[in-house]
This record gives sequence, C-alpha cells and structure tokens, in this order.
Amino acid sequence: MSVCVDKSTKVVVQGITGREGNFHAFHCKEYGTQIVAGVTPGKEGEEVAGIPVFNTVKKAVEETGADASLIFVPPPFAMDAVLEAIDAGIRTIVCITEGIPIMDMVKIRMVVKAEGVTFIGPNTPGIITADEAKLGIMPGFIFKKGSVGIMSRSGTLLYEVVDQITKSGLGESTALGIGGDPVTGTDFIHWLKLFEEDPQTKAIFIIGEIGGMMEEDAAEFIKSNVKKPVFAFISGRTAPPGKRMGHAGAIIMGGRGSAETKIKALREAGVTVVENITEVGKTVKEKVGKG
Amino acid sequence: MIRLHEYQAKRVFLSYGISVPTGYVAFSPDDAWKIALEIGPPVVLKAQIHAGGRGLAGGVKIARTADEAKEIASQILGKRMVTAQTGPEGIVVKRLLVEEAVNIDKEIYFSIVVDRRRCKPAIVASPAGGMEIEEIAKLHPEQIITEPIEPIAGIMPYQIRRLCDFLGFNNNREEATHIFTTLYRIFVEKDCRLVETNPLVLCKDGSLIAIDAKMSIDEDALFRQKDMARLWDITQSDPSELEAQKHKLSFVRLNGNIGCMVNGAGLSMATMDLIKLHGGEPANFLDVGGRATPETIAKGFEIILNDPSVRAILINIFGGIVRCDRVAEGIIKAVRQVKVNVPVVIRLAGTNREEAMDILKKAPFKFSVMDDLNEAAKEVVKLAKGV
Repeated sequence: MSVCVDKSTKVVVQGITGREGNFHAFHCKEYGTQIVAGVTPGKEGEEVAGIPVFNTVKKAVEETGADASLIFVPPPFAMDAVLEAIDAGIRTIVCITEGIPIMDMVKIRMVVKAEGVTFIGPNTPGIITADEAKLGIMPGFIFKKGSVGIMSRSGTLLYEVVDQITKSGLGESTALGIGGDPVTGTDFIHWLKLFEEDPQTKAIFIIGEIGGMMEEDAAEFIKSNVKKPVFAFISGRTAPPGKRMGHAGAIIMGGRGSAETKIKALREAGVTVVENITEVGKTVKEKVGKG
Repeated sequence: MIRLHEYQAKRVFLSYGISVPTGYVAFSPDDAWKIALEIGPPVVLKAQIHAGGRGLAGGVKIARTADEAKEIASQILGKRMVTAQTGPEGIVVKRLLVEEAVNIDKEIYFSIVVDRRRCKPAIVASPAGGMEIEEIAKLHPEQIITEPIEPIAGIMPYQIRRLCDFLGFNNNREEATHIFTTLYRIFVEKDCRLVETNPLVLCKDGSLIAIDAKMSIDEDALFRQKDMARLWDITQSDPSELEAQKHKLSFVRLNGNIGCMVNGAGLSMATMDLIKLHGGEPANFLDVGGRATPETIAKGFEIILNDPSVRAILINIFGGIVRCDRVAEGIIKAVRQVKVNVPVVIRLAGTNREEAMDILKKAPFKFSVMDDLNEAAKEVVKLAKGV
C-alpha cells in the first residue's frame, strides 16, 4: 500500500517535448513509472523516449487510459494545461511549473476542489512512492521502500530528509512536495489523512517553513485525528520578517507565520519537532524503532 | 513582488475613476516649485520610496508657498531616508510627489490581498485609518474587518453593506461602493499582490479621496502586465539582489559574516538555521536554484564576496538531477575566475558525491571538504570567528 500513486498509475506528461518534460519523462519511466503518453499541441505522432505524443489530453486518455498527469508547461499556459487535464477526466495532477500567477492558482484551486481533483504543486519536486512510481524531478536513487510518509514545502530539503530516513534504514512509503507557492492545490491536512489511513506508513514527517498558516492548521488537525507518530522540521528560524526567502510562500508578514509559532503549535499537538536538520534520521529512528 | 511608487499607483487609480489629490512628480527642487505654483499652495510633498513609515522619517511635509516647496524639496531629494521598513542603510529619495492638501474629516484603512489560508482575495479594512495595519492590529484588533471575495462572483452587495456599516459610511454609500468595487477590479486586472489606500479619506465636503495609494504587482504575472512592468523603479532595490535576480539566483542580504551558497530555498534556510544553532551569523540567503551550473556558482561567489563583512563561506549542495561532480567543477572554475580570499567549507550530498570529493581534494585551492553537514556548519562558524 501507499498513498496517491503506485505501480498501476498511468501517467500522461503535458509539455513532454520541452527540455524539462523530455528529460524528466525519461527518468520517471526509467524509475519504473508507467509513463503512457505525452501531450504537446501540434506534435502528435512524434515519440519521446518511446512514449507516444498526442495533441490533446483527451486523445491521450482515450488511447492509453492515462489517469494521472505530470505537467511541465510554462507559466503562461499552465492554467490551460491543468483545466484541459481535468476536462479529460484526469483526477491526479502533479504540476512542476514554477512561477504561475497567484490569481491563476486561486482559480485552479477552486476548480480542483469542485471537481475532486488531487492537485500537487505548483512549484513542487512532485510525488514518489518508493520503488513503485515517481511523478516528478526528484533523484530516485535516494528513496527506498519503507515506512515513513513525508510531505514538504521545499524540494532539496525533502531530499535532505529522505536521504537521512533512507540511511537510517526506515525508508519511505510515499514522499511529496506540496509546492513552494503561497497558494497550492493541497495542504498538509490532505496528506495527513491519507498517511494516517495507509497501512504501510508507520510514521509521518512534515517539512514546513516560514510563511502562511499551514503548519498551525496541521497541528490543530493532528490533535484529534492522527494517532501515528508525527515528526516535523521547520526551516527559516533565522529569516527576518518581511523578506521573501526564495519561495514565494516563505515570508513572515505582520508577525504571522514565524518558525517559532509553528514549532510551538506542532509541539502542543504532540509532534516531535527536530531542531537540527542533521539529526532527522537519528531522531525518527530512535522514536519509531527498528523499522 | 514589484512595488509601484505612490504616484504611479495614483495614476492607475485615477485612470479607473477613483479620486486622488491633484499632484505631479518632481525630480528636482525647480520641478517642485513649478508644480506648487500650478496646483496652488498649500501643497504636500511626499518622498517616493518603496518603504512605509515615511511620515515619521520626515518624508512627508507641507509647504505653504511655492518657495517653501522648493526649499523642502532641496532638503529631501537626494537624501538617504531611513524608515522603520528600509533597514539601517536607507533608500535615496529621487522622486517627490507634490500634491494639493486636502481637508480631512475621517480616515479609513482599505486594502485587498490574497488570503493564503482561504486561498482567495480578501478585503481588509478599518475605520482607524492613517496608521499602519500592523499597528491597528496590535492596538485595535476589533476595528479590523476582513471580507473574503469569491473570485467567480466578485464583491457582493451584502459585503459592501457590511463594510459601509463597519466603516461608518452613511451618506456616501454610492461613492464607497464605486471605490470598493473599482479597487477590486484593479486588483484583478493588474494582477496585484496588494492594493492599499491608507488613508482613504472622507473630506469636509463629503467626497471620498484616496490620499495614499500602494500597489504591488505579482512578478509571476509580468508576462501579461507589460505596462506595470515598465513602471518598476529598479533604483529602489539592493544592487546585489538585482544582480542575483538577473542570473536567476535568489539572494537576500543579512547582517552576519558567514556567506552561504545552497541549492533550494528550504535547504538554504535550514542551512542558515544550522549556522545560527552553532553560534554563527549568516551574511546572506543565496539559493543557486535547481540547476547549479559553473556560471551560476561563479556569480554566487562574486555576489557573496561583494560583501566585505564575509569572513567564511559555506557551500551546501544536495545533488539530485544536478550531479555533484559538475558542481565541483563549477566551484573550481569559479575560484579561478573570482579571487576568493576567505576560507570555504563545502558539503556535497547526493548524485556522484564521491567523484566530486575527489575533484575538490585534488584542487589547488584549499577547501574544507566535509561529508557531514553538522560538522561543516561547526567548521565554518569556527573559521568565521578566526579561531
């Protein structure tokens, strides 16, 4: 068992003939993911790494039975690509694209909520179920099938944590980046529910950062809904207020969304908050046991 | 986010039919004199800088004659203004807005932002206008109203009624409705991250005027907001931050002495936090992004070393799609191009780490190459302290 994606997930890559789409479609396929189709308008009939390319998502779904989409389309065309996928019946969407206008994301979020679509991203490394399926740009070799479910607002920090969890011997069930933008398709609570229900997942790790209230909301949810052990790391303790730290979402505004308030809320909910990023693997291993 | 100057935002307001005080921008004391004569004194002179808190810093002054306007302009223009929001180095004032003085009866705070928690735009308003919203939130939290807006519906009449009741608009509801709905139109049509008028004033004659105007544009939407992009005044930004931006690096200057170069924003912040945990102070945030190339790394070194307070540098790269050996080659190439005169601690993890370590250990430059991030952070703190 795992969460959201697995061996049976059939993926269409939107923007597959672009540099990024091309490169990562190949690596996802190599990891073992069923990449069944690509879409680039006007390029139907071509092949990328043995993957057939179609003009529309609808055609790709009809011909290949794709049920998930991985999007590499540039920001000006991203909303169009997302709505096209939803129209074609896709219900799991991973949007790697970075730099989508915030009001486009506000609209996308309303549509995915109304249609019951799981939308991961934007500005995310993607989602991976270890040793089964990778829909994203993360380095596959650092993951190993195991028992820790991981969710993150950041890409390379996800890799850092995964690397330690793998080396500790515990390994991961499913790991994903919810996205670094202020408005994302899912929040931590969405994944907490799924990891709590998933029998393979024995422990949950949240990688949060300054900005927004998502960690505080997760803490409130954990109190009465999550029985599995939850761990967290929050980056940005040293970030000054009012300065955006790379991610469009990572900014402390008007005193809200600081690392301190997030850590306090999580601890009050019984979450083990790791303070030193290099002690993640050790801490989880000690608490969860032999793996 | 791209901030507009007040006078630029006022021009946008005016083009949408929102009343603002008559005024023009002055680049010199002579400009200020001419404008004051044309409008007719008394006039208000307002320093145009991308930071709040101007009033307290002496950036807003009243002149009773054109000569006085010229005198005040010569004092403010070209001067470094330090406000609560600029940081200690301040920002040089290069433009002044000279406008008519208005007889104020009542001051309102009104803004529109995206509410991250609700994932939709929201109006934030208060009858306690004139002070910063943070201050109102602290002193009079009960005097703030928030109205989330459904993007497919826009502002609804019940929300306008609620806003008018809360803000105390009784005889000018029609005009208030026009201003609220128009500001929301501006917010949507110009892809704003913030539209604010503080204060929106009720004048003695009963009319409503936006005395102040703030607009920040979503930089991700500049591809479809060419007019707004042209208004961006780059002289208001930190030159190092601009230079970094040009090379798709994300840089923020901080006050410490340890330069940091990391890939990814989350890992960058976590690395800074680790330095602090070991008693050091980061000099900057620098995210070299997902595709660290020799060129971006060289640029990163250059930008970090521009800061004379940097005593040591920590490079922390988690190689994923980017291979560590390529990063190592980049570091060596960069060190040949840029004169690096401070100790450099390097920690690489991920794809092809071993090959990278070999390359770095054989390099003519003496790096401290560490496997363990915790040890690397301790080492750079030690080196920065000169121990």
